[in-house]
Amino acid sequence: MSILVIAEHDNQSLNQATLKAVAAAQQIGGDVDMLVAGLNAQGVADNAAQVEGIKRVRLADNAAYEHQLAENVSELVAKVGADYSHILAPATTTGKNMMPRVAALLDVGQISDIVAVESADTFKRPIYAGNAIATVQSSDSIKVITVRGTAFDAANASGGSASVEAIADVFNSDKVEFVGEQLAESERPDLASAPVVISGGRGMQNGENFKLLESLADKLGAAVGASRAAVDAGFVPNDMQVGQTGKIVAPQLYIAVGISGAIQHLAGMKDSKVIVAINKDEEAPIFQVADYGLVADLFEALPELEKALS
Amino acid sequence: MKILVAVKRVIDYNVKVRVKADQSDVDLANVKMALNPFCEIAIEEAVRLKEKGTAEEVVVVSIGPKACQEQIRTALALGADRGIHVEADAMPDSLAVAKLLKAVVAEEKPDMVILGKQSIDSDNNQTGQMLGALTGMPQGTFASEVKVEDGKVDVTREVDGGLQTLRLTLPAIVTTDLRLNEPRYASLPNIMKAKRKPLEVKSPADLGVEVSSNIKLLKAEPPAERSAGVRVADVAELVDKLKNEAKVL
Ligand SMILES: Cc1cc2nc3c(=O)[nH]c(=O)nc-3n(C[C@H](O)[C@H](O)[C@H](O)COP(=O)(O)OP(=O)(O)OC[C@H]3O[C@@H](n4cnc5c(N)ncnc54)[C@H](O)[C@@H]3O)c2cc1C
Ligand SMILES: Nc1ncnc2c1ncn2[C@@H]1O[C@H](COP(=O)(O)O)[C@@H](O)[C@H]1O
Repeated sequence: MSILVIAEHDNQSLNQATLKAVAAAQQIGGDVDMLVAGLNAQGVADNAAQVEGIKRVRLADNAAYEHQLAENVSELVAKVGADYSHILAPATTTGKNMMPRVAALLDVGQISDIVAVESADTFKRPIYAGNAIATVQSSDSIKVITVRGTAFDAANASGGSASVEAIADVFNSDKVEFVGEQLAESERPDLASAPVVISGGRGMQNGENFKLLESLADKLGAAVGASRAAVDAGFVPNDMQVGQTGKIVAPQLYIAVGISGAIQHLAGMKDSKVIVAINKDEEAPIFQVADYGLVADLFEALPELEKALS
Repeated sequence: MKILVAVKRVIDYNVKVRVKADQSDVDLANVKMALNPFCEIAIEEAVRLKEKGTAEEVVVVSIGPKACQEQIRTALALGADRGIHVEADAMPDSLAVAKLLKAVVAEEKPDMVILGKQSIDSDNNQTGQMLGALTGMPQGTFASEVKVEDGKVDVTREVDGGLQTLRLTLPAIVTTDLRLNEPRYASLPNIMKAKRKPLEVKSPADLGVEVSSNIKLLKAEPPAERSAGVRVADVAELVDKLKNEAKVL
């Protein structure tokens, strides 16, 4: 068995989600290689070579791969991956965008968002917004898999000494062109890996009021998230949405403020270690999953909480 | 321009599904079914492009048991012009759906195919991308804005880091995210009108596709339940519990 893990990165360094996918690969067992596709991504390949347990790093460095366009990267992964028993990538928007194309090019199914490895061909994954956990078995010759980061402990980023080999294949579709991007800039920790997450919902009333959460977050070294209702209403940008169709988080501490607790929201946070809910409606479903529930007006509770933590 | 919209019949998003006692699957008996919410957004986008004069025809396709025709009728009531039902006993998996859609694309030759980003039952998030690979079409997944101009479509995508914009050459694939639009409700007259719109039924064999899957469901279990914890009286008690009991502060 040999497994290819697709590196996710910004052309400078390897991200945390990739280390989670490596951990899943190690549970499957066998040799684990990593593919880095990018532009001027030698630094990423060097990071990858140091990840504990990686045997070989395969680097495809070309302008065609700069923005991780699915049309280009999927062709590369399908070609390079054809010799492996498993191809794994993080279940991030990049992995979700690219991997199903890889699967279809190889004429195999994809197993999305696995949360456990049962054996080399059997995996667990949540379905129906996490209301059921499916155990699925694949008889495909190559298993194409995306990995839910919150379900695996990151592999060690150092201690390895893999070789780095260049790959010359270039796939460059003329049907797609990168126009631009608006990336959120934040000094706060990343939602997916922050130890504490504070999320606001429709109860926050407007974007300005999210400052109450932000100053609290800064005290706790927390990331700030949101419900879909808060994003749809334009209080905060889409990259803050936690839930079935947003980001999945599982911090040590999750504080839900002015969030009712719809199943689609719970799907993104109910594996957090400790959940706190602050809501003025004592019937709100969020209290059914909260370890500590505070029935209160958030506009009174938040300033008090901030004072108590100062 | 012609738009093909793929829609899936799924459990209504308000229903909390349960697994069967024998854990063979989830229990869908007597459960309310509906259009997948992302597919409603896909129809809405196509119909708006038609209302703007960008598109001339909106064709909607659904694959699965006979009951899928209810969802096709809903799509027709929302403004699609005609429907195609590819009848299959069970709901095929995403790769099989993509192969069937590829065959429909070969017959219909649409300039754009709009799908939902994800079905809320399987939570797969695969079909649009697979169709892209099988047809060689470029893709704009998780779209929050779609602008068609001169044989190209600019798609703004919701990605983990924020937003990304791609320019695709038509024919292309778009998959919808939640912020793309707010779907309308079907009016009673439109529901009546939809009953007379054409709906063609095909079999996978008509399309030359054999439906199979190499991924088998062995078991469906309920997730680890969280028990409700305690209510705290005030902020002071909350902070005390977080510090001294949960030890997370
Ligand atoms: C296909 C689909 C996908 C979805 N995906 C997601 C997803 O990924 N993530 C997600 O979050 N949702 C998702 N949703 C939406 C979800 O169903 C809910 O609509 C949404 O989570 C509600 O957000 P909310 O709790 O902020 O708003 P509401 O349900 O309106 O709740 C607001 C809460 O704030 C409380 N409140 C109001 N004022 C105060 C105050 N002053 N002090 C204290 N409490 C107050 C109220 O009591 C209430 O409980 C999805 C829905 C669909 C159909
Ligand atoms: N059985 C089906 N019939 C028609 N369209 C489907 C079907 N299954 C999936 N799709 C389309 O593919 C999208 C993504 O589904 P999935 O890849 O299953 O998450 C859905 O929102 C639909 O647009």
